[in-house]
Amino acid sequence: MIAALFSARQRRTPYYRIRRIVIEAASVVLGAMLLSWSLIPVYNMFLIALDPTGHNEFTWEIWPSKATLDVFIALWTGDVEDVRDIWPQFGNSIYIGLFVMVLTILIGSLASFAIGRMRLAKSWVLTDTALLTYIIPSSILIIPFHRVMHAYGLLDNPWAVIAAEATFATPYAILVLLHASKLIPTELDDAARIDGASVVQLYLRIYVPLMAPALAAVGTFALLFAWNDYFYQYMLLMSEKNTTVAMALEQFFDDDDAPWNYMMAIAILYSLPPIAIFYALRRYMAAGLTAGGTKD
Amino acid sequence: MNGSSGVLAVRRPIAPERPWLPAWRGHLHGSDLTCSILFVVPYAALLVAFVIYPIGYALWMGSDPALYAELLSDPRYVRAAVNTVLFVGLAVNLQMILALLLSGFFMRRRRWIRALLVIYILPWTLPAVPAYLSFHWMFVAYPQGLPNNLLESLFGIEGPFWFDQRWLALACDIAANVWKWMPLWTLVLLGGRMSIPQDLYDAADVDGASLYQRFAYITVPLLANLYLISTLVSTIWTFGDYAPVLFVSGGSPAFGSTVVSTLGFHYALDYGNPPLGVAAGLSILPLLIPAVIFLMHRLKSTEVQL
Repeated sequence: MIAALFSARQRRTPYYRIRRIVIEAASVVLGAMLLSWSLIPVYNMFLIALDPTGHNEFTWEIWPSKATLDVFIALWTGDVEDVRDIWPQFGNSIYIGLFVMVLTILIGSLASFAIGRMRLAKSWVLTDTALLTYIIPSSILIIPFHRVMHAYGLLDNPWAVIAAEATFATPYAILVLLHASKLIPTELDDAARIDGASVVQLYLRIYVPLMAPALAAVGTFALLFAWNDYFYQYMLLMSEKNTTVAMALEQFFDDDDAPWNYMMAIAILYSLPPIAIFYALRRYMAAGLTAGGTKD
Repeated sequence: MNGSSGVLAVRRPIAPERPWLPAWRGHLHGSDLTCSILFVVPYAALLVAFVIYPIGYALWMGSDPALYAELLSDPRYVRAAVNTVLFVGLAVNLQMILALLLSGFFMRRRRWIRALLVIYILPWTLPAVPAYLSFHWMFVAYPQGLPNNLLESLFGIEGPFWFDQRWLALACDIAANVWKWMPLWTLVLLGGRMSIPQDLYDAADVDGASLYQRFAYITVPLLANLYLISTLVSTIWTFGDYAPVLFVSGGSPAFGSTVVSTLGFHYALDYGNPPLGVAAGLSILPLLIPAVIFLMHRLKSTEVQL
């Protein structure tokens, strides 16, 4: 492996050994810098969350001696006035996430089946319109969105957020599903048609079972998207009973007396599920990102 | 003659005998067609209700030219426009150039570098709000925030109030954005680098190419397209990404570090003038549309997918 990095020409030069040491040392230094760059904000979260007073006087004590899990325990028992509603708020985030996932799988699979397998004519109109959702910044959309939801009578209703997030998760889902469904031979459909299967049966008996892994992946993306999103929640929900975790984290933003340690503890709990999913599906996600990344 | 036309007649009815059909019907007929159309109805309904209608509504709300005169007469808007260009230009280019260089570093086949990559992508996996709030609380705390403590103990410098100065606040926002998104582009470019055949580098070694020459004459030309497309996508995303400004600096000091989209929210929500807010949002379109058109063109001509 080292031989591949240091070419034959370099090996002949007298400074080969020195060069090698310098390169190794430089990459260790770079590695250390990258490690601290990536971890400092995360470390900062733990530093504050594990501190019973919420003040993080960083004193080169990498693991603070006074670190306790008191904050997490108090969150669990619900002893703190400011953050008493956090578990219902987690419930709201889960509720929105699950329905976005179900809707995205349902609507995305139906549409991708009709477009990709039934080859509905002129369906490029739909896929091209879907691209609009990528390129129009949500900062432009959100103000009219707010008014439109007001007109639909859906303001401060979790279903407004579910509809909005499903709208933005579905186009991506359809692109992925169209790509994945090319792997299923159309002969299966033809054979089923000869046996007298209807379109609905084709969808339920062939498309859905064979696409199950892709549907699971698409659903996971939708769940992550809904869980991580804050903006539609922040703009479309108001009342306390509909508050989600992302909104709860934001509400102390300008408050100097904010219970920082509790906020950071919530931030950590809130971040754990997406981190777990990302790492579990890391290979899959990286592969999806770079599929056809360069021309073969 | 007769025989062949007879054969033709036995086959499916050809064009002239077929009743006129609307173009969207294609090869589907009867209940199949109805079913297929019913299958796309939910999706089409979502698009119309939550994408096309709001876009149309936005264009209608922002159609009054007087709104743009009002925007330009607001010094906060002019400052926000400058901030937007700086924010997008610096954040995108910094993260793309660093990602290009770092993807080379992560190509090194060492076990500890593999392990480092796993930690390095952590920022990308974190949800935006907690990550940016951590940045906010790191910088806003005075004097005991983590960066100030580091400055104090490493160099003996008393750290600044980060959000009291426009450029420092904007720099914090840019740093947070780069922190969050650089891992993604590093992974994308790493994937690109991995698909470059090793033979090319071996051939270059035989010819005695230096490290720089390998980079400049093999890596750069072969990654150029992916790099360009990634940069365009990143530009489009960053134009719409107000989260760092909203959650790191919060626009302080006194709208000093605000960008056009966050100023738009302020107009719409706090100032009670939604059309002005929409106009502010629409005013970045002249910068965005060329990027989008160029991107579409590149994607069509090269069949690259992200």
